[in-house]
Amino acid sequence: MIRFDDVTKEYPGGTVAVNGLSLTIPTGQITALVGPSGCGKTTSLRMINRMIEPTRGLISIDGKGVADLDAATLRRGIGYVIQHAGLFPHRTVLDNVATVPRLLGWDRAKSRAAAQDWMERVGLSADLADRYPSQLSGGQQQRVGVARALAADPPILLMDEPFSAVDPVVRQQLQSELLRLQAELHKTIVFVTHDIDEALLLGNQVAVLRVGGILAQVARPADLLAAPADDFVADFLGHDRGIRALSFVGMPRLPLHPELTLALGEVPPADAPDWMLVVEGGHPLGWVRTAGVQGAVDTSDLNRSGTVASLTASPREVLDAALSSPARRGVLVDDAGEFVGTVRASELATLLEAGQA
Amino acid sequence: MGWLSTHGGDVWTLLLQHVWLAAVPLVIGLLVALPLGWAARRWRAAYPILVTTSGLLYTVPSLALFILMPLILGTRILDPINVVAAMTVYTVALLVRSVADGLGAVPEDVRAAATAMGYRGFRRLLAVDLPLAVPVLTAGLRVAAVSNVSIVSVASLIGVAQLGNLLTDGYNRAINGELITGIVACLLLALAFDWIIRGIGRALTPWTRA
Ligand SMILES: Nc1ncnc2c1ncn2[C@@H]1O[C@H](COP(=O)(O)OP(=O)(O)O)[C@@H](O)[C@H]1O
Ligand SMILES: [Mg+2]
Repeated sequence: MIRFDDVTKEYPGGTVAVNGLSLTIPTGQITALVGPSGCGKTTSLRMINRMIEPTRGLISIDGKGVADLDAATLRRGIGYVIQHAGLFPHRTVLDNVATVPRLLGWDRAKSRAAAQDWMERVGLSADLADRYPSQLSGGQQQRVGVARALAADPPILLMDEPFSAVDPVVRQQLQSELLRLQAELHKTIVFVTHDIDEALLLGNQVAVLRVGGILAQVARPADLLAAPADDFVADFLGHDRGIRALSFVGMPRLPLHPELTLALGEVPPADAPDWMLVVEGGHPLGWVRTAGVQGAVDTSDLNRSGTVASLTASPREVLDAALSSPARRGVLVDDAGEFVGTVRASELATLLEAGQA
Repeated sequence: MGWLSTHGGDVWTLLLQHVWLAAVPLVIGLLVALPLGWAARRWRAAYPILVTTSGLLYTVPSLALFILMPLILGTRILDPINVVAAMTVYTVALLVRSVADGLGAVPEDVRAAATAMGYRGFRRLLAVDLPLAVPVLTAGLRVAAVSNVSIVSVASLIGVAQLGNLLTDGYNRAINGELITGIVACLLLALAFDWIIRGIGRALTPWTRA
């Protein structure tokens, strides 16, 4: 557990970057620190590993004040992922990842073995090991940054806008991989971002800071969306809060409807419904408007507009599957991606309205 | 060619002397410039003072510096140490700025990452800052080396022998072969220095070509 106790940071020149911050960061969870640019996120993060010293107040890790610890020793026990990765340009990928083990005095072979292991765990192929950072894509560099932070297996990970410089598709991959890793590792993660959606997606709890370094609210994502503390938080959360909140509530038990399905090459029966789902080998391919099909169904007849939700999806994804389907029936699949049935938006809405979520 | 064929041994001796007088100050100068350049980086106020002072030193005429050295060091007038010391001053004058700028060229996020990983000051300097400063340092060293080779030849005027002797002697006695040998030898020596420093720089920076 990391605790901020009434922590203030005033820079020489008078800028108050963090103002009376009190915050508890629970062990084994992700705490997202979010707020507009200049609100003191980086300053807060860097006070944890003493790259910045607070002007007033106390920061402790598991009850021990960080001010009493040797700074370099403290830092070797805390992983740090920096904005734009901050990799060492003069070292190979493997040597970058092995940095902290080497600093901790592990021998070369053990350090390299650990580095190889972590490269693999963050999804970097082994043949990148001898490249230099400049030879990697932005997404790969960020993965190296994450592997480097984890290489000595520290219990705490500080991440400062680690994914803000990569394109949206790669960002999404990195986010979901972070969640996958975290499910195995249970690190205490402080994740700084200016992107509220990223904070809501990754954080077990989200701390919203306002300019001037004042904590506006700290809450679980669903609670934040359901009960913003003030206008600032509400504005910062932005539009579509009702829809977005559906990502964080449990899925009510919903009646699954069977569906008359077609395979490619089949001719729709005479009494076919308006829209039929085309399924090949159990996997849904898309819908066809039966009236428009001449003879056998082929891929050119498919309407692919509908999204597909898994049985474990949130109400938001299920609702989207229903609303995006041309038949207005949302396609649900199991873990193997095989079709299991359809749902209707109206039925889901009724359950959500009744508060059964 | 006629002149060279009868004086090859002399030229070789002078060449070796010239190498020594230009190279030793280069090494010592680098060693002195490293902490000074680092200090110029470390303390904001020190940068303009150190860089301006060292820049001014470079404008002192070499002959004047050669003559002043015995007064400052208490050495004998003809002692080659005077030349080495003076050349060291020039090297430092050129390299302080290179070191400071080279260290300053290390990207801020790389520096921050090194600190966050748990590097302590001196080890970070050796493991991160200095290697990354090598390209800028190499550029500075190449300038200093060529400048040293050329300035050293002035030492003939205070009686310290090196390739410059061929220039003064060849000129005074109007021996074209000697004069041309002197010029070509200085030129080739400067090129050789440049080539070696570039080679070392390249060997130390494989990542810049990756
Ligand atoms: N070294 C510094 N010296 C003076 N002011 C600083 C320094 N670092 C940050 N600040 C100021 O402190 C405030 C918070 O900065 P920062 O923690 O970097 O915010 P964020 O990471 O949320 O964008 C900003 O107003 C910034 O300009
Ligand atoms: Mg920041």
